[in-house]
Amino acid sequence: MPTRKRNSTRNRSRAGTVASVLAGTLLMSGCGPADGTETLTWYINPDAGGQADIAERCTEEAGGAYRIETSLLPSDAASQREQLARRLAAGDSSLDIMSLDPPFIPELAEPGFLAPVPDDVAESTTQNVVEGALAGATWKDELVTIPFWANTQILWYRKSVAEAAGLDMSKPVTWDQLIDAAAEQDKYLGVQGAQAESMTVWVNALVESGGESIIVDPEATSDEIELALESPAGLEAARIVSTIGDEGLGGPGLATQDENTSMINFQGDNGSFMVNWPFVWPATNGAVEAGTLDASLIEDIGWGIYPQVTEGEESAPPLGGISLGVGAASDSPDLAYEAIECIVSPENQAEYFVSNGNPPANTEAYEDPRIEEAFPMADTIRESLEQSAPRPQTPFYNEVSTGIQQTWAPPAGVNPETTPENSTEFIISVLRGEQLL
Amino acid sequence: MTSAIPAKPVSPDLEAETAPSVGPGGPSDKKAVAQYSERVRAERRLGWILAGPAFIIMLAVTLYPILQAIYESLFQFRLTAPDEREFIGLGNYLVILTDNVWWKDLGTTLLITVITVAVELVLGFALALVMHKALKAVRGPLRTAILVPYGIITVVSAFAWFYAFDINSGYVNSWFAWLPGIDSDLNWFAQGGTALFVIMASEIWKTTPFISLLLLAGLAQVPDELTEAAKVDGATWWQQMRKVIIPNMKAAIMVAVLFRALDAFRIFDNVFIMTNGAYGTEVLSLLAYRQSISRLEIGLGSAVSVLLFLCVLIICFVAIKLFKVDLAGAQGGK
Repeated sequence: MPTRKRNSTRNRSRAGTVASVLAGTLLMSGCGPADGTETLTWYINPDAGGQADIAERCTEEAGGAYRIETSLLPSDAASQREQLARRLAAGDSSLDIMSLDPPFIPELAEPGFLAPVPDDVAESTTQNVVEGALAGATWKDELVTIPFWANTQILWYRKSVAEAAGLDMSKPVTWDQLIDAAAEQDKYLGVQGAQAESMTVWVNALVESGGESIIVDPEATSDEIELALESPAGLEAARIVSTIGDEGLGGPGLATQDENTSMINFQGDNGSFMVNWPFVWPATNGAVEAGTLDASLIEDIGWGIYPQVTEGEESAPPLGGISLGVGAASDSPDLAYEAIECIVSPENQAEYFVSNGNPPANTEAYEDPRIEEAFPMADTIRESLEQSAPRPQTPFYNEVSTGIQQTWAPPAGVNPETTPENSTEFIISVLRGEQLL
Repeated sequence: MTSAIPAKPVSPDLEAETAPSVGPGGPSDKKAVAQYSERVRAERRLGWILAGPAFIIMLAVTLYPILQAIYESLFQFRLTAPDEREFIGLGNYLVILTDNVWWKDLGTTLLITVITVAVELVLGFALALVMHKALKAVRGPLRTAILVPYGIITVVSAFAWFYAFDINSGYVNSWFAWLPGIDSDLNWFAQGGTALFVIMASEIWKTTPFISLLLLAGLAQVPDELTEAAKVDGATWWQQMRKVIIPNMKAAIMVAVLFRALDAFRIFDNVFIMTNGAYGTEVLSLLAYRQSISRLEIGLGSAVSVLLFLCVLIICFVAIKLFKVDLAGAQGGK
């Protein structure tokens, strides 16, 4: 019996705690117009806490005009899109500010799910923004979201391997050079061969580097879309992917390898060259500080611009990042855009880069002295951003991307003679509603 | 102390169901109802009052969405293009049934269903025997230990199995490197065969306890006198099992198989977490998910869901009509 008594006391005190926490939350959240401050909800993609910090800073700066609360979206881009699209279609008025992955913006802009950007906001937030990020935030020549941060992949390499291969890394290198170097030295190339969004990112960068775009006219309707996968650039992309897959240059885990696992392999003994986003740098430094990786590894890591497909022709590195959109059903779109102006200020972008490793979309932010210190490769990133090409901007991006993933993964299954044709046929018939995905 | 509950501890439903068959010559249901006493009728009324609200809620959360899905499946409707919604009759069904993807996924789903249910039945039976025969002192802890996997959330167990077999973080490759075909370079999730093996192993590990629990209930129903009589007649253990125990628990076995087959046919979590349907591991639930949730093609997705529902109905029909599963006969129902 004494146990039960103890339990009931504990339960009572627990209930008390719950009640007081609840009461506290209600008080803190204002729960209504207690102080007249409008609450804006910002749906954020998971990060290292940077967006929540910015939300707090902007709330303070607003001086009571609004308060920004963050709400966390799922971890992968595809699930984020699913949740936002469902909520937008249902007219959810809580979608005041959304962190959006650029490839999914046309799909949301086309049916009018996004509140129009006021002219003055458009003007003040697009000064000095890199071209790729601006293109990603635009649909049908109209700015529909505000660029926040811009991501790009660069080439990471182990200096020791590059040296042994006799590669001059001060100049851009080609995929063929990397393939040869990795094969000769029996090392793994860091690419992403999993059947996931990262596969589309890779294929798109290869096709764009070859001078074509996967979708010929991105604004075409679903039954008029034409793909350029069978162009010479598409065939060349298939050759590179299949060579890496066939010869086992990506390592045994290539077929399930995403950005994170390729980084882990790159940090290991078989690491050689890797195309990946800048998060690699803070992640590797963090692992060294935590003692899980050897400190000498940092000294051995070099970086350069994304590899070329054809020697002498500038590559088109992948472009990622986040733009901020406002839901059409939001109760206070004007206030939301006011908050966005604060969020995307160059100071906040610089701070976000330093603290979370996500590069600014605004070139002005790169002037911040802290950036050079935290990211010695900041210049390369900026150069890569200027050179980068977005993924296809189409309302049917999900179909195109999933179609590519299903036909181009695993890399060892790619055949330059059949894959581009098969994937074109597959995607086109899915778009025409003749086939399942 | 007054109570609204009748003193007699018999559930009204049970009585209503068993009553008609009790009398010799089997009087028809209608007659039987007419013969009910005032008290029995009051109990039946009470039964409806108690179960009615739950029944209505069940209709609201199951029947309504089913009807809605059937209706939506007749349209070409994309959530992000609400203005282009168009009635196309059975067009979606035609697209699905003429597509290889549907048949391939159906094959994968059936393969998983057949293998997992068969293995679980054998393992579950063995575990049920162990639990049944165990000494009283260890019976409690033993049952708890066997039931632990069933208590784990499927997504959690899927992640656990995934990380165990993953080529980067997993330990299976190094622990079992002495087995032919397994070495540190084996990427379990890179091809259908090995990926399905892990998915099915995880499924079997997690749900065998459920089957063994149902079978344990069946074992407990076999009268001891029968086995003792068989023993006296000199029957071996195998003969007792084959001639006495298994025939007497047929109802429990069939119910267990039916429930698990229906569950296994709707498999989703393990595949979603481990491969997301990559490399030939896609199952029908995932196909429906991909159309409705990922592509936001509500019409096509609803049609896949309706077809999936029909498949489940067919399995039920086959089990109940052809194999004569007596759902009321087994006491160990869900």
